[in-house]
Amino acid sequence: MIRIIKVTNRIWGNVNNAQRLSASVLRFSTSVVKDRYYTDKHEWIDVKDNIGTIGISDYAQDALGDVVYAELPSVGTEVKIKDECGALESVKAASELYSPASGKVVEINSQVETRPALINQSCYENGWLFKLELSSMEEISKLMNEDQYAEFIKQDHN
Amino acid sequence: MSLFKLNCKLTFFKLRPPARSYGSDVKKTRLHEFHVRHGGKMVPFAGYMMPVKYADSIASSHLHTRRQCSLFDVSHMLQTKIRGRHREQFMERICVTDIQNMGTGKSALSLFIDDRTGGILDDLIITKTDGDFLYMVTNAGCKEQDTRMLTEQLSIFKSSGHEASLEFLDSDEQSLLALQGPSSAAVLQSFVDGSTHLSTLYFMDSITATVCGVPDCRVTRCGYTGEDGFEISVPSDRVEAIAESFVAQDDVKLAGLGARDTLRLEAGMCLHGSDISAETTPVEAALMWTISRKRRDERRFPGATVILKQLSDGAQRKRVGLVQKAHGAPVRGGAVLFDVANGEKIGSVTSGCPSPTLSQNIAMGYVDSKFAKNGTEIQTEVRGQKIPMVVTKMPFVKPNYYSKPKK
Repeated sequence: MIRIIKVTNRIWGNVNNAQRLSASVLRFSTSVVKDRYYTDKHEWIDVKDNIGTIGISDYAQDALGDVVYAELPSVGTEVKIKDECGALESVKAASELYSPASGKVVEINSQVETRPALINQSCYENGWLFKLELSSMEEISKLMNEDQYAEFIKQDHN
Repeated sequence: MSLFKLNCKLTFFKLRPPARSYGSDVKKTRLHEFHVRHGGKMVPFAGYMMPVKYADSIASSHLHTRRQCSLFDVSHMLQTKIRGRHREQFMERICVTDIQNMGTGKSALSLFIDDRTGGILDDLIITKTDGDFLYMVTNAGCKEQDTRMLTEQLSIFKSSGHEASLEFLDSDEQSLLALQGPSSAAVLQSFVDGSTHLSTLYFMDSITATVCGVPDCRVTRCGYTGEDGFEISVPSDRVEAIAESFVAQDDVKLAGLGARDTLRLEAGMCLHGSDISAETTPVEAALMWTISRKRRDERRFPGATVILKQLSDGAQRKRVGLVQKAHGAPVRGGAVLFDVANGEKIGSVTSGCPSPTLSQNIAMGYVDSKFAKNGTEIQTEVRGQKIPMVVTKMPFVKPNYYSKPKK
């Protein structure tokens, strides 16, 4: 996540605006989770022991809009960091999912396959996407923490 | 076409720069502050910062338009007045409509055609007003090329002793609102002067009316959603007050470009630059209905030589509607279409989205004419997965126009 790969037409541009941004940043600061890390593709990974739970950030779900279809990797798939491993589709666009780390897919959230709206409603909890058995903790240490990610969004769009 | 291709490649999050770095290149409509105040998510589109959506999701805004009524700011589109004794002849040189035989106060969907190739340069709505001018609305994305083409054609036309003139209305001076949905007539009726009766203004009729106390607004019963609705041209210094009056009504919500796109696709309408372009002809695009019998018989409309030949020989490809029967990833513009039997490429998708009204994925695209018959099963591919699609009659959703009752 999250690069829009196909755009329906000329309409779609930069969805950012300052108001939205400050609202997202504000939300981040009130819900700090210390062991949640972020990629520059706007995905998060929450690591417990050697299992990483993966989802998309609030910023990403807001930018994407109503998710109508989630294509998740199959359980058992071996993925490398930055591998394309699925996609999310909203009314307006498609965006690919990239694995934030290397490892083996051990579980997927089948609830979001039947109810993709969960990704918009609860991107950090019920709307998680899949779990990885991590093969390298070193990769995780190179991701952004909460504050760095908030800063990244700000810089990326100023 | 090139603009479309370029934008297609731009990525969603990395798209730069935001509004302020566009500097003088990106304009704002006179409703910009109004949109921001009402929660509009502003994006650059066709040279303007425009709301892609407001607080509601695109799908719910879409459904609200189908059930009640939405207000769209479409001031980015180019409004033009054509004056002069020979204005109708002038326009008939560049567009396909039989303007001389149009009724006064009538509007029509028309096409600018490249005389050499038969390609569609733009689509537009042209109105034969009861005043001394024709009024037209053309696409924002074609503004530059349209004004250049019109100005060049005008100078050729005038050099042969004809009289015509063009007045391009700047969005700072004249704005355009679209009120769309089944309750739009009731809403608008409450804001027009007592002598204006919308019950006798039918689909594709155009009048001037006093709207919210503002005289001489042009009200045309048309739109880009497949619903009953109006496009209302108003002076820009009054547009905000008028828009505020509309959205203060319970039935009326603001809608942006996102819902506009899904609504028009359900209605089977083309987006120039995606579904039609200088590379496609009216025969291929299934838009021959815009060219009247009389103009075909005269063989003098722009592009007539190429288009009439293609019409008698048969076009190689055709624009068709497509639906995905099974639930799955929605197909988008650019996806390739295949023959189920042998996997050969037979065309491509030009627009596609999940349809909020039908809860299934819909698309339009061009296929080899052999596959254009309704009910033909073909295949597309999304991220390596083959997806079955069926050629389907458009519009996908039944239009709800306020047409004159047939006698």
